[in-house]
Amino acid sequence: MGKKMLEVNNLKTKYVTRFHEDVYAVDDVSLSIEEGKSLGIAGESGCGKSTLALSLMGYYFAPLHYISGDIIVDGKNISGMKPDEVRKTILGNEIAYIPQAAMNALNPTQKIISFLGDVLQAHDIKLSKKDLLDMAAERFEALGLPKEVLQKHAVELSGGMKQRTVIAVSTILNPKVLIADEPSSALDVTSQKMVIKMMRELMEKGYIKSMIFITHELPLLYNVTDDIMVMYAGQIVERGSAKEMVFDPMHPYAKGLMESIIVPEAGTRDVKLKAIPGTPPNLKKPPEGCRFAERCRYAKPACYLIAPQMRDIGGGRMHRCMMGEERMKEVYSHE
Amino acid sequence: MSDGKMAILNGKGVTKVFGLGDKKTVAVDHVDFSFKKGEIISIVGESGSGKTTLFKMILGLINMTEGEMFFQEKPRDIKGYAKKREYWKNIQAIFQDPFSSFNMFTKIDSVLLDCINLSGGKNLSKKEKDEKMTEACSFVNLKYAELTNKYPFELSGGQMQRLMIARIFLLKPRILMADEPTSMIDACSRATILDMLLKLRDETDMTVVFITHDIGLAYYISDTVYIMEHGKFVEHGSAEEVIINPQAAYTKRLISDVPKIHEEWDLSTVS
Repeated sequence: MGKKMLEVNNLKTKYVTRFHEDVYAVDDVSLSIEEGKSLGIAGESGCGKSTLALSLMGYYFAPLHYISGDIIVDGKNISGMKPDEVRKTILGNEIAYIPQAAMNALNPTQKIISFLGDVLQAHDIKLSKKDLLDMAAERFEALGLPKEVLQKHAVELSGGMKQRTVIAVSTILNPKVLIADEPSSALDVTSQKMVIKMMRELMEKGYIKSMIFITHELPLLYNVTDDIMVMYAGQIVERGSAKEMVFDPMHPYAKGLMESIIVPEAGTRDVKLKAIPGTPPNLKKPPEGCRFAERCRYAKPACYLIAPQMRDIGGGRMHRCMMGEERMKEVYSHE
Repeated sequence: MSDGKMAILNGKGVTKVFGLGDKKTVAVDHVDFSFKKGEIISIVGESGSGKTTLFKMILGLINMTEGEMFFQEKPRDIKGYAKKREYWKNIQAIFQDPFSSFNMFTKIDSVLLDCINLSGGKNLSKKEKDEKMTEACSFVNLKYAELTNKYPFELSGGQMQRLMIARIFLLKPRILMADEPTSMIDACSRATILDMLLKLRDETDMTVVFITHDIGLAYYISDTVYIMEHGKFVEHGSAEEVIINPQAAYTKRLISDVPKIHEEWDLSTVS
């Protein structure tokens, strides 16, 4: 077993609305990533994927509030830290975060090189202009970006190039964990592939130690990450290796997600897509029992009453469903 | 498959040029197409390939620089607003962003009521109109009783997109143009929307034209696929032909760039 880069135990966070209502967007999430591994997080819109990403950084500002749980980055517990302290010591050199519309965040009046200067300055690293340029050029070339990009403004770059630049800038301090929230969703397929290739290179060359990749595109996750975790209504419902999750999902929700995959491959045209009926529950008042029960094809009366706990079934596989593994196999085989 | 079917919309040498002189951009370059009745067609291309320009020309929102279109085998005449309105009774659209498709000051009932009035139900009694609206909502798995007196922004993205389909259900156009209708909603709602569109096609025999960059979606839903590159169609044919056995280099590249689950995804093909 490799060294644990990120460990999260029973993390709970909430949003407080302006009517002082609590919305539990991340509820009892535990996860861990080892060195050199990547983890994908999948789920519907509004299931808490992006909130989880924000919560993992330990960087809380209203309306997001921390309730309980531990976040341990490379052996250091950051869950009690103040936002200012987190920004100074954690963001950038321990955890790097790429939000959804990252490429629109580049200031159009500055050259790319000055963003790198800003990152270093924020972490009190002093480099002469020439050293900075050399270091940046070396890093950019290693990642397959031309070093001319450094002297350009953001408006001169294409969407895919901007996104790759953002990733290169945010990982310049070799963070231990990179959290990427839908880094390629706004791009066309070819640029998407370039972004993915670059993220693989970051891992292979050791610039980042581990990665969390958030998206709702399952075929992409399958190809990028080692493990996949499925989230539903603020909770994790299943975790396993990418292959197991795509071809042999256990939790009914994960199964429903996998049935909605569309890929351009021979034979997939005749497979009927199955949709999950209904909408996710309101997180202001989450259901008492299983959160998925209302939409579940296999729900029993007990599902509405008892909230199931996460069950570890060995081999890195865990799920949150009351059905036993034997019963699941039996039920699914009848379809 | 639909060789015996009537062509509903044909295009011949359709061209759109933006700008003049040095700044001239040919967005759509002499394309020919033939959409048949009851067929589902996908136009696939990357951003900037001119697919949205073509979409707007077919809808009659912008003029063609050159070329002709034939609606039901007669030259299409949409000069003037009155004729355009007449044309729009036959052709409707669903857009990418469900949030901006609705007038935010209008309640949902009146959106649906407008559709009934437009499709010739102006003289129906209130009860009949209510029945029609309930039928349209239940077609898309929405509850009409829950929607009355609500404004569009009170719905989720998936619900709004379904409401768009309810509108189409009431209007029953000959052609439905859909510009990336599922790119802003997540995978499981996507399946619902696609199934509804297929059901709608089966019931009313309308032609559905998808504009998309998602090849997987095009393969799943369409009978005919057109691949567009730099304003030209590089390849067209049945979905099976084009996507499983592509001939053009561009199509091959597009397909190889999509992540798959049964085959290895080759990352070395990009620089």
